[in-house]
Amino acid sequence: MMVKKVLQSILMPLIAIFISMIVGGIVILITAKQNPIYAYIALFSGAYGNLMNFATTLTNAIPLIITGLGVAIAFSSGLFNIGAEGQFWIGAIVATYLGYQIKGLPWFLHIPLIIVCAMIAGALWGGLVPGLAKVYTGAHEVITTMMMSYIAIYFSHYLLEGGPMMDKGTIPQSPVIQNSAKLSTLVPNTQLSSGLFIAILAVVVVYILMYKTTLGYELRAVGFNIKAAKYAGMNVAQKLVLAMGLSGAFAGLAGAVQIMGVQYRLYDSFTSGYGYTAIVVALLANNNPIGVVIAALFLAGLSTGAQEMQMQTNISGQLADVVVGLIIFFIAIEELYRIIMEKIRTGKTKLQPVGGQE
Amino acid sequence: MEYILRVKGISKRFGNIQANDNVCLDVKKGEVHAILGENGAGKSTLMNIIYGLYTPDSGEIYFEGQKLEVKGPHEAIEKGIGMVHQHFMLIPVFTVAENIVLGFEPKGFRFNVQEAEKKILEISKKYNLEIDPKAKVGDLSVGMQQRVEILKAFYRDARLLILDEPTAMLTPQETRELFKIINNLKAQGISILFISHKLDEVMEISDRVTVMRRGKTIKTLNTKETSEQELANLMVGREVKLVVEKNKPRLGETVLKVENLSVKLKNGVEKVKDVSFEVRRGEILGIAGVDGNGQNELVEAIVGLISSTGRIIFNGQEIQNLPTRKRYEKGIAYIPADRQQDGLVLNFTVAENIVLKRYYKKPYSNRGFLNYKAIISEADKLIHEFDVRPPDYKLFAKNLSGGNQQKVILAREFSSSPDLLIAVQPTRGMDVGAIEYIHRKLIELRDSGKAILLVSLELDEILNLSDRIAVMYSGEIMDIIDSKNATREQIGLLMIGKKKKEA
Amino acid sequence: MNILSIFTNPYLWASTIAMAVPLALPAIGGTFSERAGVVNISMEGIMLISAFVSVAFSAYFHNAWLGLLAGVISGILVAYVFAWAAAKMYANQIVLGMAFNIFASGITAYLFNAIYGPEGTPFDTPKLPDVRIPAIDKIPVIGQILSGQNVMVYIMFVLIILSQWFLFKTTIGLRLRAVGENPEAAETAGIDVVKMKYLGIILGGAFSALGGAYLSIGVLNSFSPEMSSGRGYIALAAMIFGKWTPVGSFLASLLFGFATALSYTLQESSISKNIIMMLPYIVTILALIGIGGKSVAPAADGIPYRPKK
Repeated sequence: MMVKKVLQSILMPLIAIFISMIVGGIVILITAKQNPIYAYIALFSGAYGNLMNFATTLTNAIPLIITGLGVAIAFSSGLFNIGAEGQFWIGAIVATYLGYQIKGLPWFLHIPLIIVCAMIAGALWGGLVPGLAKVYTGAHEVITTMMMSYIAIYFSHYLLEGGPMMDKGTIPQSPVIQNSAKLSTLVPNTQLSSGLFIAILAVVVVYILMYKTTLGYELRAVGFNIKAAKYAGMNVAQKLVLAMGLSGAFAGLAGAVQIMGVQYRLYDSFTSGYGYTAIVVALLANNNPIGVVIAALFLAGLSTGAQEMQMQTNISGQLADVVVGLIIFFIAIEELYRIIMEKIRTGKTKLQPVGGQE
Repeated sequence: MEYILRVKGISKRFGNIQANDNVCLDVKKGEVHAILGENGAGKSTLMNIIYGLYTPDSGEIYFEGQKLEVKGPHEAIEKGIGMVHQHFMLIPVFTVAENIVLGFEPKGFRFNVQEAEKKILEISKKYNLEIDPKAKVGDLSVGMQQRVEILKAFYRDARLLILDEPTAMLTPQETRELFKIINNLKAQGISILFISHKLDEVMEISDRVTVMRRGKTIKTLNTKETSEQELANLMVGREVKLVVEKNKPRLGETVLKVENLSVKLKNGVEKVKDVSFEVRRGEILGIAGVDGNGQNELVEAIVGLISSTGRIIFNGQEIQNLPTRKRYEKGIAYIPADRQQDGLVLNFTVAENIVLKRYYKKPYSNRGFLNYKAIISEADKLIHEFDVRPPDYKLFAKNLSGGNQQKVILAREFSSSPDLLIAVQPTRGMDVGAIEYIHRKLIELRDSGKAILLVSLELDEILNLSDRIAVMYSGEIMDIIDSKNATREQIGLLMIGKKKKEA
Repeated sequence: MNILSIFTNPYLWASTIAMAVPLALPAIGGTFSERAGVVNISMEGIMLISAFVSVAFSAYFHNAWLGLLAGVISGILVAYVFAWAAAKMYANQIVLGMAFNIFASGITAYLFNAIYGPEGTPFDTPKLPDVRIPAIDKIPVIGQILSGQNVMVYIMFVLIILSQWFLFKTTIGLRLRAVGENPEAAETAGIDVVKMKYLGIILGGAFSALGGAYLSIGVLNSFSPEMSSGRGYIALAAMIFGKWTPVGSFLASLLFGFATALSYTLQESSISKNIIMMLPYIVTILALIGIGGKSVAPAADGIPYRPKK
């Protein structure tokens, strides 16, 4: 019974992935005039083929997992947190600042301090403005979170380009964080850090939160049926704000982990890309924390493997994005499958109208 | 042509409900013909078929002598059939002119506002329906909005005007205005189909009346030759359904006391007008009435889901300022009318739905963490006690049949040991066996000394179960009578607005 | 550099208009789509695709106008698929938009690499001409601002007026707006709701495509991956801020364009530059919250509508 349920929820994403890879294969065939199967093998081995590649995949997966968890929390509550990218940045900014400014703290105090502060910052960035705005004025969180994203990015530019967080010299970047703030490297000569454990811990925490606590129960109720939640006496407005806050907190954590584990300083760039990919992760995973891990590994693998594929076959790594876009598209038009199934079952094309409310 | 509309043998089925069953109807040219019936009688389905929104399974319709085969509202309109829906099809941010001409705009790529307004003023003068074409519809009163809907029909040269429950949202003065308009239109040769459940209005305005019940047309009468009594009988029927054995009520103290309760909606309409009543331990108070007369708003006000004025006193305590959860905690249980939309989270399991109102209390949770062992054992117990099938707490609520979904809700609400149980439409859409079961449980609860407020659209249910019956019409309680001596006819009259005759 | 000299420099105002073009065009396109009740965040993706296609065709045929035409057609085709998914398959419009954007980002970068390789598009690719208007040219200051802009700027001005007229003064515009406000009422009035949604979305795609083409063959004569850099999303904000009207969207885009142009002029102090860049986004949030008058979306915006018949 359980297996059947799991299979049913995987079916849609799997169909979508399958169709998308076929379409991607056709594109390769036409434009690069190469054997798509060979290209996909290169992709796969580039992602998981050997220890180094796998380590790189894992490194890319860590921020996707953590941010994906955040986005999944929002989706579960019926909210579209498109601005995870901005909350990621805020977490990164806070982590960097606390990372280089605070000296003389042992790592077992420094790192948790950074984590907590980054999560609070992310929570405020998501919960305060977009969350409250949604609840009290109905402002749609898609736009507000996206605007907050841009504000966060420009804020980081301000801090780095001749601003208070800029390192000595001419390059717009922050000072390197203290050693006590750096996460240890797991596999030598890779960027894979013990952030992996933080990611795993996050998965466990979110799983417990969503399925074992009263708050998780309430968030899911609100996401599934807001009217029933009100009928049951829940304080829906409070739950929505909390959902946005939690979502932002995890995105902020992801930013912090990225700084502490991979970058060690803040760079002046436009996008990490993790915020938007995390949305895909949550969609593929159907908001399930375990699914987030699998989806994150898949997407991280796609991007890592794409680089390998590019080296071996000269096919641009951007193909990964093409496939990802197609996957989401095929998931979004799930109505089509319903229509096809109905057609197969009854031989009719139109569903009967639902009738007569007197 | 004597008849403008002839409906012959129209039938329409939705799933396993026969909404229209061999319906026959004749409307004479220039008459006001009323269609009288309760909820579920099939009136709206018939109108939607005439208007082209549904296709009938069988039967024929003749309009102005020609067979009517329309593929949609646009064709029906072009043929000369105009409909004013119960829920207006208007766009609040558009002007009156824009709303009226939408879909039938003056010819040309550019929207010729001047010509539209000119024609509207002509029509409004012809039918004596004053209106300002430039006004925004959202700013108009409900009565004026209805006028826009009527003008819409005449802008498109309607010869038959269908009015679906036109006075549902109107004040008494606006209703008077409407009747003046209807008489005016009649004088101009327009035929009118007037759909209603309000007996007094039907008696006043119609020339002939057709009564519908359970999808069938029962009888057509000349209004002058019939009486309200006769119409009420036909409307409500004489079939006797289940009669539940019940003892005399053993009354205790008052559990719920409602004083001067009023509910005003955001758009200004008063849905509950100064209602007062009380419910005592050991009794079932039934609230009868046609749907839309304020029963739902009354219940939501008592539970705190909608704001109201007046006092609500529960076990001696004033609760009108308490949030919903606190009211539940004080001992109120509530079975809502729409079980799937309000009462259950369909994507939750049966177990999760059972604890929907008490998940946050011990033993179901402790310090924020859910105690699944306790939840599951409670769910198991209740599933067996209430015979939910299949008896599996892990199933998602959406996979249960309607009857079993209702049992889950019942199990939840009954097991919370309430002092007052509010049940709205508890047996809607259920089969005879399930209905009997629920009725038995309600009587049991009452016999154990609890109070029950039962709201139902099924008169049989009200008569069988209630000790006292309150009838709601247009937001007011018409009367509260003892069920022992109550007759269908008596209640039927109250339900459609006829006040008890002063001796 | 004193404040006054910054503001009296006509170059600032000329750039404001130029920077507003790739915002205003998709924003106006967005008004068609949203007025018909469809939330369309795929503008970013359509801009990107059109930018690429325009350059490619311009280079291949050595004619910028053919490139423009090809770009617009590509936008219409993509929009058609979006319309099918949104109006006929009732797909979640936000998820759908994200799908298109990610796809577009990937396919354009991929094809760019596959076809042109590391050198990029040929450097003799023709671009759309700049135009001098003799009458205005002579006027001091104004002449420098309004004359000599790229031809797309003037096309944009014409389109703004046409769009405003189309939406609010024609019969089709009335029906389109009806569908976005109350699709049920529109259906009972006999209007084909699905067809109207298609129209709104496709018009939106065409306008976004124009904006994208401007980026590649109006300002420059080349393509680079991600060259739309979020303008599609900013255009969304401009549309909301402009209260879902073409003229309003244009004015809002001017505001956003001004902020960008100003930031380029103020190069010394990065404080002002980045803070100024933040302003349009802050203002959008304020507008959404209702400060400065409530910006009301079409009533049925974003809700997939299932027709009764």
